Amino acid sequence: MRLDNKGLIDRSERRSFTFNGNSYAGFKGDTLASTLLANDIHLVGRSFKYHRPRGLMSDGTQDPNGLVELHQGDQITPNLRLTGQELVNGLDIRSQNHLGSLEWDLLEVNDLLSPFLSAGFYYKTFMWPKAFWEKIYEPVIRRAAGLGRLSMAQNSDRYDKAFAFCDVLVVGSGPAGIMAALTAAKAGAQVILAEEDFEFGGRLNSETFEVDDMPAHLWARDQIAKLAEMDNVRLMKRTTVTGAYDGGTYGAVERVSHHVSQAGGAPLETFWRIVAKGCVYAAGAMERPIAFQNNDRPGVMMASAVRGYLNRYGVAAGKRVALFGNNDDAFRTARDLSEAGVHIVAYVDSRADAEISGNFPIYKGAHVTNVKGRKLVEGVTISGVGDIMADCLGVSGGYNPTVHLPCHMNGRPQWNEKIAAFIPVPNMVQGMEVAGAAGGSFSTKACLKSGIFRAKEVLKTLGLDARAPNCPNAQDEPTRISPLWAVPGKGRAWLDFQNDVTVKDVKLAAQENFKSVEHMKRYTTQGMAPDQGKSSNVNALAVLADATGRGISETGTTTFRPPYTPIAIAALGGTGQGMGFAPQRFTTSDPESRKLGAPMVEAGLWYRPSYFPKDGETHWRQSCDREVAMVRSSVGIADVSTLGKIDIQGPDAGAFLDFLYINTFSTLRPGMVRYGIMLREDGHVMDDGTTACIAENHYVMTTTTAAAAQVMRHLEFVSQCLRPDLDVQFISITEAWAQFAIAGPKSRDLLAQVLDNAPNLPFMGCAEVSIGGVTARLFRISFSGEHAYELAVPARFGESLFKGLLDHAEGLDGGAYGMEALNVMRIEKGFLTHSEIHGRVTAGDVGMGMMMSQKKDFIGKTAAMRSGLNENREELVGLKPVGAVKELNAGAFFFELDDAPLRQNQQGYTTSVGFSPMLGMIGLGFLKNGRARHGEVLKLVDHLHDVTTRVEICHPVFLDPQGSKARD
Amino acid sequence: MIDLKAKSAAHGMFPLRLGALSADEAASRPIFSIAPFKGSKVDAALVKALGIGLPDAGASTRKGDVEILWVGRGQYFLIGAAAPKLPAAVTDQSDAWCSVRLAGEEAGAVMARLCPVQLDQLQEGQVVRSLVGHMSAIIVKRSGGFEVMVFRAFAKTLADELRAAMVSVNAQAALPD
Repeated sequence: MRLDNKGLIDRSERRSFTFNGNSYAGFKGDTLASTLLANDIHLVGRSFKYHRPRGLMSDGTQDPNGLVELHQGDQITPNLRLTGQELVNGLDIRSQNHLGSLEWDLLEVNDLLSPFLSAGFYYKTFMWPKAFWEKIYEPVIRRAAGLGRLSMAQNSDRYDKAFAFCDVLVVGSGPAGIMAALTAAKAGAQVILAEEDFEFGGRLNSETFEVDDMPAHLWARDQIAKLAEMDNVRLMKRTTVTGAYDGGTYGAVERVSHHVSQAGGAPLETFWRIVAKGCVYAAGAMERPIAFQNNDRPGVMMASAVRGYLNRYGVAAGKRVALFGNNDDAFRTARDLSEAGVHIVAYVDSRADAEISGNFPIYKGAHVTNVKGRKLVEGVTISGVGDIMADCLGVSGGYNPTVHLPCHMNGRPQWNEKIAAFIPVPNMVQGMEVAGAAGGSFSTKACLKSGIFRAKEVLKTLGLDARAPNCPNAQDEPTRISPLWAVPGKGRAWLDFQNDVTVKDVKLAAQENFKSVEHMKRYTTQGMAPDQGKSSNVNALAVLADATGRGISETGTTTFRPPYTPIAIAALGGTGQGMGFAPQRFTTSDPESRKLGAPMVEAGLWYRPSYFPKDGETHWRQSCDREVAMVRSSVGIADVSTLGKIDIQGPDAGAFLDFLYINTFSTLRPGMVRYGIMLREDGHVMDDGTTACIAENHYVMTTTTAAAAQVMRHLEFVSQCLRPDLDVQFISITEAWAQFAIAGPKSRDLLAQVLDNAPNLPFMGCAEVSIGGVTARLFRISFSGEHAYELAVPARFGESLFKGLLDHAEGLDGGAYGMEALNVMRIEKGFLTHSEIHGRVTAGDVGMGMMMSQKKDFIGKTAAMRSGLNENREELVGLKPVGAVKELNAGAFFFELDDAPLRQNQQGYTTSVGFSPMLGMIGLGFLKNGRARHGEVLKLVDHLHDVTTRVEICHPVFLDPQGSKARD
Repeated sequence: MIDLKAKSAAHGMFPLRLGALSADEAASRPIFSIAPFKGSKVDAALVKALGIGLPDAGASTRKGDVEILWVGRGQYFLIGAAAPKLPAAVTDQSDAWCSVRLAGEEAGAVMARLCPVQLDQLQEGQVVRSLVGHMSAIIVKRSGGFEVMVFRAFAKTLADELRAAMVSVNAQAALPD
């Protein structure tokens, strides 16, 4: 019910939203929760396990019950908190976790079955028969489990990830946070003030007391205005600091556009990584409930929430309000309600000696033992008094400092008897000071003072002089509390409202010897829901302490882990969804290849053309076969710019290469190219490629596309750590050059047409050439087995050169070829790719053992000598089908013809297969002692595709074993 | 004969304009990497030839249109002039990079969405090696913004990511409080 003349809402701007299809109106400054309460809607959801009707319990982020779905187009955002979502016109909000309507939830039958569904029920029940788990139990449980739904549509919201840096991060903008921010800002520190709410001020916005003789919320507004004017202060509202991590790093979620209906390109949320030299943590405290029978009925709320809805939103949570507390703070609610004219039917204080008085019925030393009503409170039962009619019950069991972040690095808070609460201990998170209610200072004056003091402590560590602001005047009442966790009595008394854990469940856990608080948590699921037990943890462990006869301090808390509040996975992913997942690298010829209709394949981050379809070709194989035949008979052009190119220079460059490669490079003369293999330190092949000596002490190393970055990293490691004695420098020039393979018997003719002065290069020779005056590099190397070259020009000319080469090639009956043809031709030649040098093979395995130099040391040499890397190895072989079945698949396994195709019988596997227009299906693979087994017929089994092929093992070089085509 | 025509790394992708934010591809200019050999006097040789020497880590030196950026451990980029003969490994990097100038009051906010390093305290001419999105980048503080250099082949992703961050920052400025 909305009251006139109360609250900080802007009554000039009316807004409305729908909840389960019904429209509800409120004002700017309302949350969805306050709007619903203003419209007398109390039932907002169903509990997780028993589907009991539940209403709003608090006015903050800790609310366990007010979780709903937001529907937007085809999107559903589940578990949106009613207490945190601002009222925005047109929001389509629906309740969750019910079968049928919210009012008539069919799964409420679980509540009737509750005697059978106590804690541990699942563990005990679904054990047998064993086969039932997967087929019956799990699907049924899955159907009932989970809070909220996803639409299963692709996420269409934008999320950002961003980075911020500051000297002092202040978490929370209540009295402590404001004073901390002012103190730090005045000292000249770069300050970030993060506030979870959409208004700065924290609890000051929900109370009626004064600060410096001003209404508290106005004082807060003034201070924030001062901070906003300072250049060194960044104010971040709607920002929840969710985790404390190493090195002063904090995670934070900013709800950027939840408060507007049209984001206009702004992200929904931004996940911030804030790196702070110091932190003042002033996140306040949360009121905790007291457990008694039916304390979960809609209308039973935290006393501070009843007060908060009244003072901040001008909403009376009931017409006949009862209050039940064990501390003085609860009495403030009574005073505020009374002053606002709300009828207080009973004030029940568990303390017989409480010093309180008011013009409403006060029962000291009494308890509320039961709540009447199902979907709304209808009355309360007071011990020694009887039943009283009420439609709202405010409860206060005291306050729990919000110790989450200080505990995120596995620190444990300490129990403080005086305030009956856990408080953080110093230095739980390096650089973090805890101020205000979060540290157990509950009075406003104490919070203000502590904000100043803690900020000064942080500033000291930063070497900044703090000229402390004066501490404003404020109330400074001591905390008076007498702990009360659960009211003894019959019936189910609720601890964890989100996961439906009762006092009895916790006692059962203790009884069944799950006495550690961590065991109790897992046995009962207490504290495991989206709210992570914000309102229930301390109460539950206190009940456990009681049940086990230990003290609360001895029982301790469970582990606090980030995030403090749930974070959408999409927010963590930021812009990494869709194409944002990985950057794309495009060759200079990319637009031209696409113009020619080439489908592109990914090679690492690169995109390469897989084939160039011609008119009339309906299958990739037709194009591939044509391209292979074209290269073998005339000339083909392929962009090979994606291969890594590393420029290596220096007096010791040759020695450096000798140390990297298994073979010798220091003897390579300028103008010559050599093939090399490099090993990892464990003796396995890391990469292969050619290295050209382009001048004395100046080399250009070529790596495979896939391993370019790995090889570069390897070179850095070797240079910096293993051989810092060598005077050598290297840098990637991959992107500086666009490089094209020109392969085939007519390649020489083509070069004669395009080069200003074509040199007569020997096989494995290189030279500087020019094309229309542009300096280029020419290498006579071949990955196809044909007479072939690679021509490199500065990348800006890449596209132009590609077009030109194609023009000239077409004049010679040649053209472009793609990755498919390239792959077929290299298989025909038995050339390696990372399909073969996949990380588990040695130089010996791939038939290059003879290349390992005996005369020098090189990386991996010693490890490669291990007997395990030299005996009974799977060796590179070729294979071709010899039976009726011709299908070959990479990844299929070799077996003896008579052996069953079982793991223990496998003889090796295939790595690459392809269709050679001349030779038919061929493949490469690794076979146990394969080099000695050429001519054997084996069975090749692809278990995945259920294909068995008889294959003959052969030499891995199918075509031109002497290499005369490439050399001549 | 082939008549080779030059094409810039980010041909057709820039300029980008969003509110007061702008991103433009930097004009093509010579870039040479310089990595001095052990004990060599590269600094003196550069001062003699160009009037500027090697910068400290994270910095740059400049004279007129010629500047030298620190770009890594023992590695520098000479920009705007051909490299003189030096006792150093020199490579031509002119074609290897896509350079984009981001400018506008909110340029820092754009970069904060792309780069995990604190850039707001940088002085003009300071250099950072870090990430832009997932790409390894050279970031130079320029008057009124930043110059971002990534490998040439990443040009499209750089344009995409800059645009996305610019749209986001621009739209956020328009949101109600």
